[in-house]
Amino acid sequence: MLRIRLHGRGGQGIRTAAQILGSALFAEGFEVQDAPRYGAERRGAPIVAYVRAAHAPIDERGTIANPDLVLVADASLFQVPTAGVLQGIGARVALLIATTEDAAVWRARLALAGPIFSFDPGADPAHAATALVGAAARMLGVIRREILGAALGEELRGLDVHKQRSSLMRALEAYDAFGVHGGAVGEAADASARDYTAPQWIDMFLDPVSIAAPDLHASATSVQVRTGAWRTRRPVIDYAHCHRCSWICSTLCPDSAIAVDADRTPRIDYDHCKGCMVCVTVCPAHAISAAPEPRGESPPAALPGVAA
Amino acid sequence: MNRVLLTGNSAAAWAARLAAADYVPAFPITPQTGIIESLAGWIESGSMPARLVMFESEHSMLAAAGAAAATGVRVFTATSSQGLLYAMEMLYATAGWRAPFVMVNVSRGVASPVTLESDHNDILAARDSGFLQIHCATCQEVLDAVLIAYCLAEDARVRLPVLVNQDGFLLSFTREPVALPDAGAVARFLPAFDSMGIEFRASRPISQAVAVLGGSPYSYFRYQMQLALQGAAGVYDEVAQAFASEFGRSYPQVEAYRCEDAEVVFFMTGAFSTRARAAVDRLREAGQRVGLVRPRLFRPFPAAQLRRLMSGRRAIAVLDQNISLGKGGVLATELASVLYGMPEAPLIAEFIGGLGGRDIAPEEFYQMAKVALDAADSGITPAPRMLYTETEMREMRKLQSIAIAERHELRGAP
Ligand code: SF4
Ligand code: SF4
Repeated sequence: MLRIRLHGRGGQGIRTAAQILGSALFAEGFEVQDAPRYGAERRGAPIVAYVRAAHAPIDERGTIANPDLVLVADASLFQVPTAGVLQGIGARVALLIATTEDAAVWRARLALAGPIFSFDPGADPAHAATALVGAAARMLGVIRREILGAALGEELRGLDVHKQRSSLMRALEAYDAFGVHGGAVGEAADASARDYTAPQWIDMFLDPVSIAAPDLHASATSVQVRTGAWRTRRPVIDYAHCHRCSWICSTLCPDSAIAVDADRTPRIDYDHCKGCMVCVTVCPAHAISAAPEPRGESPPAALPGVAA
Repeated sequence: MNRVLLTGNSAAAWAARLAAADYVPAFPITPQTGIIESLAGWIESGSMPARLVMFESEHSMLAAAGAAAATGVRVFTATSSQGLLYAMEMLYATAGWRAPFVMVNVSRGVASPVTLESDHNDILAARDSGFLQIHCATCQEVLDAVLIAYCLAEDARVRLPVLVNQDGFLLSFTREPVALPDAGAVARFLPAFDSMGIEFRASRPISQAVAVLGGSPYSYFRYQMQLALQGAAGVYDEVAQAFASEFGRSYPQVEAYRCEDAEVVFFMTGAFSTRARAAVDRLREAGQRVGLVRPRLFRPFPAAQLRRLMSGRRAIAVLDQNISLGKGGVLATELASVLYGMPEAPLIAEFIGGLGGRDIAPEEFYQMAKVALDAADSGITPAPRMLYTETEMREMRKLQSIAIAERHELRGAP
């Protein structure tokens, strides 16, 4: 069975990317399963999706703990332990990262034994997923170019024609660019029941209720959560055009992330702005524009498994 | 036959469309919302001639579902978790009306704390309501079970509502190949709802109501429901037979996978049982005689089939993806009650796992089979085991230490 895990942030099209791969593999005659997994918070929050493909009906479902291929649409996720990007990445697992940096940099940084591939997704992180799909389809070595194109068309048919065409172009460009890596992904064997490591189950014991009740006992906890990291697009105020209406963007921002100064100037709190683009839509002066969120690559020291 | 990739939610929506449901009372809740969204889209575009009404709560939604069914239209609805709990009063009430309709529950653990992922405490809370229950393990089963459920619900010998259960995420958001039956075949299998006199016309006002009764007539009506549910098992077999001859897919009350010569069997319900199926294959490769027994029909409880399937086993590893707090796993209790008094009844090893969607690893299945077999060898029933590893506890302790540190920081305490 082929097992592919995709990591990205809500809004990057990770679920759709998994469906494109799923549909392409299905069209190539595989039994397929694809699924997203996410928590309560969507846009910008870490999201995982799974694709399984086999020549027999698939009984396995849920989490993929032993992937063959891992795709990462947003390199900043390596710093988020709960995103689980590195889970189960052993020596045979291929890792494909959307990043402006060279694969060699990531090889040194992550100190992983397995093959690492990278490609530059271009300015807009929202486009990383379709390019990843194209590269991954080529690396799997079992999806033909025209089948990939058809699967893309099927899964993106809700989009306008222009967006469909540019997505298709990005995917096919990546597909062609990864020609040299065709067949870079191998299949892991199923976990054997003959010689397995027994799970280290514990006998759970009673903790004091002061820590055993799932309650929050503090005020203003949401300030502590830097939801600004979830943004894939950033609102930018052009103060030359802002009328200082003083209330529209700041009142309608669902995250109260816009404050207004004494001189009526709006200021966006980028630590907490989630990038929903409500302010961009409502500003009557058209003074707020949407820019791609610059993803500073992660500082090496903040990453696990880094050689000094 | 048209084989397409569908999520469990799309499969449920397709089933309602193919069943030609007339009326869909609705209320959104994750992870069920996709079902209602699909139906709303089809109804709006005119590809499904039905009426969808959004209510202010699941309680009202259920009242509308029961009331509409009692006027003789075919009703479909869906909910999940807290929504099912919120509607609970009306579950009991509408079943008591003997109103036939189908509700899909998309299993999600119940609060508190809050989770979005699957376990079965929600659906099992509806165990005693008078609804029949069918539990699914694949997206194909979701589609097929809804069609079967209408036949069952509307059968004059049953005339009760049916809950079809699928797991959130593991099925609801998971696409897999599903054979989409053609509308003509569905119409043959499931003819239009023959309400036999229960009907309502706007021009001819009537009221249908239930009275406040004393213990004796109350007992009569309640026990009539019990008899209808017990009889529903036989009706299920007929319906499943008819389904198999129309569509070629067979759904006995209980799935028995590689049980022929099994010494140990897993006993569980829901989507994770396909993982148990994979574990059975691996254990068989390793030379062990292990199988899987999975009830699809949960209400009525398939006692006779289970006694037959369990006789001669040495041990049963029961995996409860639920917990009756203060007692333990619901499946273990129910299974023990049907095996009680059976000569040489197999030993039961009880496990609780997969709460709130917590994964169940292949190695855990292998180990559960081993624990069950060891227990059979020693003759000693092991203490119930919660599937929770040292690593999970370490991660939990880390979260707790962060929480404590932040609590101090926020309170300004040292
Ligand atoms: S994009 Fe605008 S409206 Fe949305 S969270 Fe950021 S500041 Fe607020
Ligand atoms: S809504 Fe536009 S004009 Fe008004 S304060 Fe905000 S940016 Fe300025």
